[in-house]
Amino acid sequence: MRTDLLTDPVDGLDEALAAVDAFDRVLVAGLLRPQPAQAAGLAALAHFVAGTPLASLVPEAADKAAAGAAGEDHLVALAAARTALMGSVHDALTDRVADVTGRPRAERSTRDTPADAPGANVLAAARAWLCDLARAGWQGIDHELVAGAGPVVSAMLPDPRLRRQATLLDGFAAELAASCPGATLEHVPVRRWADLWTRALLLTLPGAARTPAADTVTGRLLPLGVDVQEHATAVQAQVHAVLEPSDGSAPRLVRAAVSAPKPDTVVGAGLWQLLRPRMSLLGAVGEGRAVELDAMPVTAEGDLVWDDERARTGEFADPFATARVILSTATDPETAPLDRHPVGIAVPVLVEGYTAEREDDGPLTFTVAGHRLAVDTARVPAASPLSPETVAASGACLGLLRWDAGEFVLQPLAVETTVRKKTVAVHAGAWAGGTTDKVGARAEKAATDSVAVLRERAGKLLRK
Amino acid sequence: MELADGRLQGVVSSGSDIGRVYVSSIAAESYAFACSTNNNRPCGGARGTFCNHIRALVGEAVLQYGAERVARYLKAETPGGEPDAEALVSVMTGTRPEQGDASAAAPVFSRFLRHLAYLELEPTTAPLPEMQWFPATRTAA
Ligand SMILES: [Zn+2]
Repeated sequence: MRTDLLTDPVDGLDEALAAVDAFDRVLVAGLLRPQPAQAAGLAALAHFVAGTPLASLVPEAADKAAAGAAGEDHLVALAAARTALMGSVHDALTDRVADVTGRPRAERSTRDTPADAPGANVLAAARAWLCDLARAGWQGIDHELVAGAGPVVSAMLPDPRLRRQATLLDGFAAELAASCPGATLEHVPVRRWADLWTRALLLTLPGAARTPAADTVTGRLLPLGVDVQEHATAVQAQVHAVLEPSDGSAPRLVRAAVSAPKPDTVVGAGLWQLLRPRMSLLGAVGEGRAVELDAMPVTAEGDLVWDDERARTGEFADPFATARVILSTATDPETAPLDRHPVGIAVPVLVEGYTAEREDDGPLTFTVAGHRLAVDTARVPAASPLSPETVAASGACLGLLRWDAGEFVLQPLAVETTVRKKTVAVHAGAWAGGTTDKVGARAEKAATDSVAVLRERAGKLLRK
Repeated sequence: MELADGRLQGVVSSGSDIGRVYVSSIAAESYAFACSTNNNRPCGGARGTFCNHIRALVGEAVLQYGAERVARYLKAETPGGEPDAEALVSVMTGTRPEQGDASAAAPVFSRFLRHLAYLELEPTTAPLPEMQWFPATRTAA
């Protein structure tokens, strides 16, 4: 791994992000009565997409918005421009990551699938709500406005095809609600909320959230580790793995995700319990086993759309062995055009031969061949044996390379440490399938009890 | 449970009946308190002072957010040292707070019900790329 390249400047990055920031500041005060500074921010965004297919739409949208007269189509055009900018940042960063890992990139499959556009009405309602948000601005939000997302989310959630939109809106609205009223807000997460607003708005367009599983794969799946993402009312566990196709073609990196909406009181081990029954892979990962796939559906982005019927748990397979032997030859998947955003960069890497350093309560860093790499230990899920202390004492780390707040960081998925002269591996997802660990088992028991109470309560309160 | 809108508010279980919950709240600064059942009946225990549900709410909030953050939000200064739930309750009840208005209970309860219904939704295995914006955080859980 060429860790030296991680800290080299990326050409054009600062300029692109400056245009993004200029637009993002516009959303702080909102577009109801735009000020001259906001007009300048809109112009900066429009300027950046001149010479792209958006060149005709965006300047007009910027003008209308600067005059306080932006309609939905104009706001969508501005969101598209911001998405294109972030897409270019994403591409520059993933090119850099490819230089760092030296791995080949998968060819993008361009197979077309029939368009499927469910939920037109509820998506229109979501779009209207998001446009109202943009007009109010983050400083103009209040409970009444934010609560408008509630019925939209409730209408979307039962349809699995609208889960992406519903889950994003739900998490976004909860964050906004916790910050109401906006008028007294001291700190606005400007980039983050603009990110969420932009993606949410684009996902209301027909076909935007389409991730068709156009192909299938057969072969041996060798898990590397599990990444967990959660907000108060949703959780997703994503397994990163190397697939060895049985047709002898090159190994490729794939992911398999399982997600669920949840009450905010389901946390920790309760998250594994919620997800486990839907994906046998979590059990296999917990046991450190490979899985044999037979015609498992897969998207062009390398996401397996998991079906337990097409999977059979196989032999033991040490993720570190997989990482040392096969990872460097595996192809990295492509990203869907609209999903190109730096936040989506999560590239499996193996890092060895580092010195771990921590200054007082500061962040942990690995120094590899003289270059420092920040380590994000906070992303490890709560119900996990992988503690920051274990990471700090490790000698090898299997993790996800991410880009956060202007720098590359390493999210540990597993580490090797030496205990009584023996090498042992500790995995972030070790408890995904359950555990016999004393602390873990206690957490499992507590979570089982609390979910049982919730289900009983749901039975009584919801059907009154 | 949440610290929002100038209040600590949340849903507290009834000790005796699993089909009953209370929506309890304490306002910042004035400590005006309110407690009512899911059927919108005022809580019998919340006359004159904090009922057990409101005390339980403070206890839960201290567990979730830490005593210091709760104290800061409610503007409750405990004399000397680290605050805890008991000290917070005693400081607030010591000011003889008024009974507050329970009109915020309805939206809190309806949100609680909405989230409870999430348990009945099926997990999916189609990827949700947007969840990348919501990393797990070891500290928050
Ligand atoms: Zn009460």
